[in-house]
Amino acid sequence: MSVENIPAWADLLASSLLVLGSVLALIGSAGLLRLPDLFSRIHGPTLGNTLGLGCVLLASILIASISAGRLVFQEILITLFVVATSPLTAMLIIRAGMYRERVDRGKKATPQQDTMH
Amino acid sequence: MKGWPSLTLFTASLYGFWLLLNDTFAPGQMVLGLVLTIAVALGTAAMRPLRARPHHLFAAIRLLFVVVGDIIRSNFAVAGIILGSVKRRSNSGFMKIPMDLRDPYGLAVLACIITAVPGTVWAGLSADGRALTIHVLDLQDEEAWVRTIKYRYERPLMEIFE
Repeated sequence: MSVENIPAWADLLASSLLVLGSVLALIGSAGLLRLPDLFSRIHGPTLGNTLGLGCVLLASILIASISAGRLVFQEILITLFVVATSPLTAMLIIRAGMYRERVDRGKKATPQQDTMH
Repeated sequence: MKGWPSLTLFTASLYGFWLLLNDTFAPGQMVLGLVLTIAVALGTAAMRPLRARPHHLFAAIRLLFVVVGDIIRSNFAVAGIILGSVKRRSNSGFMKIPMDLRDPYGLAVLACIITAVPGTVWAGLSADGRALTIHVLDLQDEEAWVRTIKYRYERPLMEIFE
């Protein structure tokens, strides 16, 4: 596998995909900083997890396929595993957050602002 | 044997994973994969007491494209919210959606879809399975979210799994 003889269009396309994916992941991570509470912060990293990851994998498929001279699409598996496993962590975090909020509210006699309907 | 159809579907997808992971059609790997997947499928059969009966392949493919489109669209929507003003960033909240889908595999897929689409996260199903709680980043129009979940995702999932 040599990386030298890749046509310019593929180089350009793969690089733009990589940049787009990284920018999305960066924005998602910035969301951790900019969003106000635990529950909304969960939504930030999904950007890097979905389209960000998708762009990086597309770039990888493109370069791998061209340098191997045939279609290489193992990367599909990464998408599959991420989609199948990320709900578990998201649910764990969000349920833990809901539980903590309930405990906190139980401790204080005065009713807090209700974010949970 | 009663369990065969779902066992073969499971084995076939595992076998596909194995070949894809090794990226080969070499005879040795094909035989090893076959032995391994059958062993795993038989060994874990007791852990999967419920059988999935997916049908309507076309509905599943259509749903896949709908979800991919939604993921791309909401990626940019959520990026806009994160980069937006404080006011736009503090519209998040929990909401409840009445559920008609009962099949556990369908619900599992729905959980994957809702969590994979940026801007919404599955937060729990009520004990009787009639109300789903989700957390939404941009909670301005609850009605629109209910419509999205029910018509775009739940309806096709019921078609596929029930």
